[in-house]
Parts: sequence; C-alpha cells; structure tokens
Amino acid sequence: MPSGVGLELILVFVLLALLAGAVVIGRGLRERPGPAEPRRRRGGIADRVRKLVGKERLSDEDWRWLEEGLVRVDAGARAAAEVVTRARERYEPGQDPRGVLAEEIAGIFDGDPGLALPDGLGIVLVVGVNGSGKTTTIGKLAHRLAGDGRSVAVANSDTFRAAAGEQVAEWARRAGADLVAQERGADPGAVAFDAVEAARARGRDALIVDTAGRLHSKQPLMDELAKVKRVLEKAAGRAPDEVLLVIDATTGQNGLAQARAFAEAVGVTGVVLTKMDGTARGGIVLSVREDLGLPVKFVATGEKLEDLHPFDPRSFADALVRG
Amino acid sequence: MFEQLTERFGAVFKKLRSRGKLHPKQVDAALADIRAALLAADVAVEVADTFLERVRVRAVGEEVMRSITPGQKVVKIVSEELTETLGGTHRPFRLPSADPAVVMMAGLQGSGKTTACAKLALHLREKGRRPLLAAADLQRPAAVDQLFALGEEIDVPVVSEGRDAVKVAKAAVKRASRDGRDVLIVDTAGRLHVDPEMMREAGRVRAATKPHHVLMAVDATVGQDAVRQARAFMDEVDLTGFVITKLDGDARGGAALSVTQVTGRPVFFAGVGEKPGDLEPFHPDRMASRILGMGDVLTLVEKAEKTMDQEESAKAAERMMRDRFTLEDFLSQLREVRKLGPLQDLLGMLPGGAELASSVEVDERQVGRAEAIISSMTLEERRNPAIISGSRRARIASGSGTSVGDVNALLKQFDEARKMMKRLTGGRLPKLPGMPRIPGT
Repeated sequence: MPSGVGLELILVFVLLALLAGAVVIGRGLRERPGPAEPRRRRGGIADRVRKLVGKERLSDEDWRWLEEGLVRVDAGARAAAEVVTRARERYEPGQDPRGVLAEEIAGIFDGDPGLALPDGLGIVLVVGVNGSGKTTTIGKLAHRLAGDGRSVAVANSDTFRAAAGEQVAEWARRAGADLVAQERGADPGAVAFDAVEAARARGRDALIVDTAGRLHSKQPLMDELAKVKRVLEKAAGRAPDEVLLVIDATTGQNGLAQARAFAEAVGVTGVVLTKMDGTARGGIVLSVREDLGLPVKFVATGEKLEDLHPFDPRSFADALVRG
Repeated sequence: MFEQLTERFGAVFKKLRSRGKLHPKQVDAALADIRAALLAADVAVEVADTFLERVRVRAVGEEVMRSITPGQKVVKIVSEELTETLGGTHRPFRLPSADPAVVMMAGLQGSGKTTACAKLALHLREKGRRPLLAAADLQRPAAVDQLFALGEEIDVPVVSEGRDAVKVAKAAVKRASRDGRDVLIVDTAGRLHVDPEMMREAGRVRAATKPHHVLMAVDATVGQDAVRQARAFMDEVDLTGFVITKLDGDARGGAALSVTQVTGRPVFFAGVGEKPGDLEPFHPDRMASRILGMGDVLTLVEKAEKTMDQEESAKAAERMMRDRFTLEDFLSQLREVRKLGPLQDLLGMLPGGAELASSVEVDERQVGRAEAIISSMTLEERRNPAIISGSRRARIASGSGTSVGDVNALLKQFDEARKMMKRLTGGRLPKLPGMPRIPGT
C-alpha cells in the first residue's frame, strides 16, 4: 500500500468515484424492469422427482425446481438457467427431465480435449489457489504418466509454503518420479528454469511443475506466476504444453473468478477437479466451461496414487442433476 | 459477476427506498432478488430461505407498513438479520486458565488448518499465553514438517510424538502440562466428512484430549457443500466454533453464514493473509456487509446525502468521467469529502476498506497539506497543471509551507489518480458497488 500523500489522494478519489457511481447508477436503474416473483419449494425431493418422471407436461415451477437443484450443487444461477432453458426446448412429454438435463450438461463438454503431451519433453504447469490440491494432483499425474510409459520429473517451484518441498518430494517418491527442487525462499522462476534443463539432461519425457498456491486476487503473486510460465517458455523454447488449474469441488461461485484470473495470467488449458469423493459435485466447472471455455481434464477422488481419472462428462452430469 | 450482483442489490434497495408505501408483494419481489444475491455469495439454499422467511415476517409486519419510509426499514432489516444470522455481536475467543487449555483444529483437506493453528498460536501468545502446538496430522505428507517450520517462524514449540493421532495428542497434553505451557493447539489431519474411519479418529482425538475448544477451519470459497461439512463435523466432534480461512481473497464468504446457521456455533476468527499475523477476530456486522457487497457504502452515501453539496458533487462526477476533472474540482470535492468525517473512518466504510483501515494509518495532515498546496495555486494553474513550471512550483511550495518535492508528488499523484479514474469509469457507468441514487440528482 502506498503511504503518504498517495493513499489519501487515492482514497478521496475512490470516494468521489463512489458518489459518482451512486449518481449514475441511480439514473440508469430507473428504467429497469421489475424482478421475478420469489421462488418457494414445497414437498420432499424424492416425492418431487416421482411426480416429474412420466408427467405429461412440466410446469414452470417444475423446471424452476430442477434449475434450483443445479444451484444447490454450485453450478451458479446463470449457468443453471441457461442449461435448463436449453433442456426445456428439447424435452418431450414422458421423458425423464433429469435425463434430458444431464444430456444437455454433458453435451457442453462434448469434444473437449484430454491431456495432450508431445513426444519428447512434455511440460505441464500446475496452478491453483491455496489448498485446492495441487501437490497431491501432481503426485497422481506423475503416476499416471509413468503408467503410460513416460519417464517423469517433478519440479517444486512452491518455494513459499513451509514444507511444501517435503510434500512434493514424498509424492514424487511414491510415483517414482525425479525431483528438482531448491530451498524454501528460492526464486520460483529459477527453479522452473533449472527443472527444464535437468529434465532434458536426464532425458525425461514429462516435466510437471508445481507452484505455490495463491489467491487469484493477489496481483503480485499472479505476476510471479506469469513469470514462472515465461521462464518455462524461455527454457523450453515453447509454452508449457498444458497449464492445469486445480479447482476444489467444494468451491462455490468464487471458482469462476479464480478460473478467470488464472486463465488471464497463465493461459490455462484445462481444469483438474479435486475432492470429488465428498458430497460436493463440483458444479462450478459448468460455469467455468460455459463462461471461459475451459475444459475439465481430470477428476480426483482420493488420497491414493490411482485416484485421478480422465473427466467423464456423462457421469459428472448425472451426479450433478441427482444432487 | 459481482457487478451484476451489486447492481442488483442497488436496484432492490433503491426500489424499496423510493416507495412511500410498501405492498407485501413488493417486499416479496425484493426478497426474490436478495435471494439471488445471497446464492451468488454462496450462502446455502436452505439457509438463504430460512433467513428470507425471517426477513419477510418482520418486513410485512405492522411496524414497517406503518412507517413513513418502509423501504428504508426493509433494507435495515435485511442487514440486521444478516448480522444476527452470522452470530450477532462479535464473540471473543476465550480459554480457561487450565493446565493446559486444549484447542483442537479440524476440517477438510486444504481448508487451511495447519496455517490457522500457527496463526492462532501467535495470536494467543500475543495475548500473553504460552502455547504449544501438536502436529497430529500424520496423513498428509510433510504436514508435520510444515507445522514445525511454522512453529519455528513464530517461535512457538511444536511436538509430534507417537504413531497415531490419538497418541500424539495425548503425549502433547502431558508435555504441555510438564513444560508449563498453558495452551495446547492440536492440528489434525484433513478429512472428508463422508470418510467414516477418519471421522471416528477425529472423535477419538477429541475424547482423548477433552478440548475446551474444537474449531473447524472452513475455506471462505466453499459453496453449497459448507452445510453438509459443518453438520458432519458437528455430529462427530461437537464443534465450539469456526475459523473462516482465505477471507483475504474476493470470496463473498457466504459459507460463514451457512455454517453458523446450521450449527448454532459462532465464527471466532477469520484468516486474512499468508503471514502468521494475518488472523482477525470475526465481526458479524462486517461480514454481513461483505456478503451484501456493500462495504458500508449505504451509511457512507447517507452521510454524503446529508452533508455534501449534491449539485456540485454531481457536476464534479460528470467531469471526472469525461476526464475533465481539474485540481479546482478536486479541491472543492476534497473539502466536501472532509465534511463527511475522518478519512480513516471513511476508508473503513468502503467495500474491502475495513481490513485496509485496520492496517493502514491515514494521515489527515497529508490531506491538509494537499489542500494547502492546491490553494496556493492560481486558478489557471489549477485548471491546467501542465503550465506549472519549476519557478511556479517553488512559489507554490513556499506559499503553502511545503517543499517542491511535495508539490511534485502531489501533481504526479493527481495525474495518476486521474488516469486511474478514467480506467475505472471507462467514461461510462462505473462498475462500482451498487447503492441507492442520491435524491435530487
């Protein structure tokens, strides 16, 4: 935060802007149409579903109820409204509306690419907010790539969090991957650079780069991340082949802001949805796909090396509509 | 996304306020919009509905309907009920002077337990306690190392003796009592609430240590799942309260509302940064503002309505948006804004400003100095700062009792601030937290 005159001036400006906003917004809103009627739920869920299936015609209320079901799994109000509108257009009397809805949701992810690494040294950069499960995902991904016959190196460029290095090291050991790491506090870009050199020197054909968790709203940390990516580009002669954003399935509407910020900073190529073994359904990726076009590449479900699976839109969609 | 949300609130509140009389139907319509906003802030659906029912009952009550400004009353009810739902008044975290007092930290993987433990230890030490940390997360690789490293950073001892979480916790209690440590904070493994084995383990740690507080760390970005998580932990380990973590991001933190509501337990702390000192006692009223996306802008605007010359302010605002804002305008607005009260307080009312206000000391004298500098300029200089040459700067400096450096700094910052304003407004409707219009504009 700037000190001295700067802060006060900026503060006064923000205040003025706010008041200006009040003036303008107040004017703009006068012509707006009124809001919709409030929604109310009645009856139990099971009861409701029984009534929906095989029904000749579904009422507006029925569709609203389905829409709200999606909101309850974090799909977000807008995305929920959009898919329900589309499903409604396709729906024919007698069908299970949830089946139609699931098809509609799965269809959004139709033709999305899976993880694609070139021959030779493929580079994967893994990013996300604190606690989303980046390091665990990296262990699982290393295991998976090793299973595909690749020799894998893992770089720990999370030089910030206490004991992050030890955690990556343990996962690398479990997955049988090489580890490139430096001391806590080292420059993350330098670690990334060394990692590419080392992986190449050792003839590895996959390098997974871990990064420190960071809140997407902290610009200096996002700038640092962009730098790590640039350094990788410089060292490898091309952009990382995949930039995976790890999103915790329990994340609510903030997930969209996360995805947007990371996509802007480092050009995310796909999402890994973690902690899908709990009660959360990860509906936020629907908004992320709809708004930003980011595909989901993997789903993580546990703490074992094997618990990383290619994303299956249909089973994801089924779980989503069934709550 | 947030622009829509805040605009929506602005629209609702404006609508309500502009009515001389309120029909219950209009209240319902407003509540439907508030509901949408709450869901966008990740308040659980069931919690939002219970909350709105309470607001409705009060809002269609006689007191409101008979009021001269019913809309105003409804807005007030919403914010009051929200604060109430979040626990009402701020509840301080108290520990008995036991030997030792035990705090157990639980939560899902990645919710920020380990960091929260270290922050809490530091907080308690600053309050004069002698904490000991126990690393009983034997599941996540290097979790024990992490706590040891954090302990070293904040200079609080850490123990982890034993093969399983229960043994580690038990040994730590003994150790604390032997070493004269009067608080023991036990960090446990992250666990999903649907993992019966791990949940039972948490229950056993609880039984073995008889904690005075069992806290659950809840990530501020958690969505609808928050209620299921909180209920499951409540059932298994009987929580005494919550720590909301990662509240320094842009999450609205509706989860805080949800967990308090379904468990009846308060949020004691909020984690607001990556440093060990970044832990704040939780204030329900501030959180309510945050969820509503208002900061305390409503109060601020109300103040402005009362004290500022609205005609002048509206004109200045228009000029600002057209990038015609001059030092002259700035001076007059500066004087108007200062009528509103100390800048430190105003800062605290801005969206996101509350945290800023607690960490930044606003120096009113700096503002006075800026005022003096501009006052020492000629009208021509104020309208066109480009003409201010070196000799003029010296004159202005001596006229205002400041240095040429101060004058330079002011001019530079004014220029930057103006550019920033241009970016912010884009010459169009500013993307700013919604709020009612100023009457008479």
